[in-house]
Amino acid sequence: MVRTYLLLAWTWLRASAQYPVSLAMMVLGSFAVNALDVAAIWIIFQHTGSLGGFGLAEVMFLYGTADMSFALADTLFGNVDRLSHHIRSGSFDTMLIRPASAFVQMATDRFSVHRFGRLAQSAVVLGIALPRLGLPWERTWMVPLMIACGVVIFAAIFTLGGALQFLLTDAPEVANAFTYGGSALTQYPLSVYGEQLVRGVTFVVPLAFVNWQPALYVLDRPDPLGLPYWLRFAAPLAALLLALAAALAWRAGIRRYRSTGS
Amino acid sequence: MEDVFLLYARIAAYGFRRHSAYRAAALAGAFTNSVFGILRAYVLIALWQARPGLAGYDVTDAVTFCFLSQAFIGPMQVFGGGLQLAGRVRSGDVAVDLLRPASLQLWSLADDLGRAAYLFLLRSLPPTFLGAALFGIVVPAGPAAWAAFAASFTLGVLVSFALRYLTALSCFWIVDDQGVQSLSLVLTLFLSGMVLPLNLFPGWFGELTRTLPWAAMVQVPADVYLGKRDVLEALAFQISWAAALLALGALATRAARRKVVVQGG
Amino acid sequence: MIEVDRAGRSFTVGRGSARRTVHAVRDLSFTVGAGEFVGYLGPNGAGKSTTIKMLTGVLAPTSGRLRVAGLDPTRRRTALARRIGVVFGQRTTLWWDLPLKDSFQLIRYLYKVDRIDFRRRLDELAGLLDLGSFMDTPVRQLSLGQRMRGDVTAALLHDPAVLVLDEPTIGLDVVSKAAMRDFLRRLNAERGTTVLLTTHDLGDIEKLCRRVMLIDHGRLGFDGTLDELRATGPDGDSLEEVVARLYTGSAPGTPAPP
Repeated sequence: MVRTYLLLAWTWLRASAQYPVSLAMMVLGSFAVNALDVAAIWIIFQHTGSLGGFGLAEVMFLYGTADMSFALADTLFGNVDRLSHHIRSGSFDTMLIRPASAFVQMATDRFSVHRFGRLAQSAVVLGIALPRLGLPWERTWMVPLMIACGVVIFAAIFTLGGALQFLLTDAPEVANAFTYGGSALTQYPLSVYGEQLVRGVTFVVPLAFVNWQPALYVLDRPDPLGLPYWLRFAAPLAALLLALAAALAWRAGIRRYRSTGS
Repeated sequence: MEDVFLLYARIAAYGFRRHSAYRAAALAGAFTNSVFGILRAYVLIALWQARPGLAGYDVTDAVTFCFLSQAFIGPMQVFGGGLQLAGRVRSGDVAVDLLRPASLQLWSLADDLGRAAYLFLLRSLPPTFLGAALFGIVVPAGPAAWAAFAASFTLGVLVSFALRYLTALSCFWIVDDQGVQSLSLVLTLFLSGMVLPLNLFPGWFGELTRTLPWAAMVQVPADVYLGKRDVLEALAFQISWAAALLALGALATRAARRKVVVQGG
Repeated sequence: MIEVDRAGRSFTVGRGSARRTVHAVRDLSFTVGAGEFVGYLGPNGAGKSTTIKMLTGVLAPTSGRLRVAGLDPTRRRTALARRIGVVFGQRTTLWWDLPLKDSFQLIRYLYKVDRIDFRRRLDELAGLLDLGSFMDTPVRQLSLGQRMRGDVTAALLHDPAVLVLDEPTIGLDVVSKAAMRDFLRRLNAERGTTVLLTTHDLGDIEKLCRRVMLIDHGRLGFDGTLDELRATGPDGDSLEEVVARLYTGSAPGTPAPP
């Protein structure tokens, strides 16, 4: 699987390198569009010193971790959300006649470095925010772990969004509400959102574990909803469960596809 | 003259009908716009709770602005695209369109207005009603206020079309249109008021953004809806930009036609 | 090599009260032995594509069973993929933006073809199908005839025992068509590759197939040699007239004569 992934991704990467100007434009464009979210946070903090009880550096830390997870997941698996396009054009059938996982073929299709624009952008934000927080050393171990769990959670959501398109082939945009919506949600402290929404993204769609719960540990802050302390360490568990659900949904989708066809 | 009007009315009707084939996609878009409306509304509520009365809005105004901006995405194609023209310029098929005995610009506009009307029904109304149900939004008082908003909204669509038309035609001269599209997306999102209301933008930069054409797309119609702006002045602002950009589009069309005739496309 | 036993495939179409079941293929049975070259004919919408999709594991049958190269297509999709080659005339299985030779390299890795075998087979196929001049061209820039030759090469690089061709000569000019037919005939005669071919071009059938199967309304309407097919009509009728009569003669629901 991994070998096939790397091989296909590398081939696409080489193909995209044939148009370097186009590629540079795409990297820059992706960098700039996502930088707008940072600009929004910056402008908000021109008017207030704290949002939902968190300061600028803390919000930037939440933004940076969420966005880095999202950018990595999007780079590696984001293409899965183009499934309905492949089903409608018939190219999904041609993936099924090859001796490789349809998921890997989907994920690597047109793999290009343009998504690295977003990754670079989140790295810059984290690079600025982290030193300003002055985190104690004994808590920083959580930062790489939370980013890794965030990648798994977002990748699972991309996969669920793809699997959903086996059902909603004419309405792939529904998946955007969960993928890009999840990214937008986790860019701000969850304390700004309504309690029902926060409980929903903690216990149903576990977006709270992308950065919020682990960040409460890193920043050593009380949970505004008073949820149990151990949830701060539950990100790997949440990521695992969601990944499992996504794998099952994808398999069910493939089975359903074979029994409907087009 | 009457015949010409009928022709473009029919093209608009075709545009409406063609898009009605994508009902599922439009409803999915409305769902996504609604979800984003809710998320952004919470962020704005948190800001206005910290700073009541900021930028002349109260909390309800800010929430209304947020759902309106989501409602405008479909009809005004804030994320770009929506015109078949761009694809036809890239494939070269536009040469056929340019040689037709009808104005390419008016043709595209009529088609786009049909599209906008359809997406208004399917993508603008749901997020607005949802916002009203969940958070409560401002409702304009009286028919005069509604009429002013209708005019301002239509002018917003017109400015959006004029900008997208120019972007699409730019492929005639710029080989790599990816860059133009990215640039236009960034400018539109940021300078229209889509990311944040423009009256939050600080200092001279904020003042500058409020005079640029993108402001005519989200910020101005929303302010007219909220009753935060002198109606005549707002409409005059939108009309000036629409006229200027459409005139620029007409010039670009003429240059494109000349290029097709001389170089054969 | 191919065994189809009472296979059926139905689809549910429409919504609400308009919901109904369409039988794309019903109760289909046939076997194809190793080394055969079989033409699979039928009017548009008769169930040809559905059969092909079931044979290649893209679609699961709703009834009956299938075996291709000894494998159940839906259960053993990836294992089967290594043993069969598939060409869809209407769309390419190559990678649109990649140069042809990169597409082939990818196929070598995906199908785990030994490097030496790959070189030898590619040289041979490139010679036979005359690919030399466009090996470095991205697939989207190839002409239809070039693309089809590329697709056929791609389907054969892993030396499959069975080749399934879905309208491989559609849209080709006279010369390309003749070259493609010549190649397929040699492939079958010299390598013994089993070939199943669907087409609307009766010239393909006359030049290539010893055996013809005809499907209509999801059922097998005829299965026999080309001569037997001709004999179903009066003497002096062209193959075209014979086939046209078989297509129109079988009304929906009534089984065609065996």
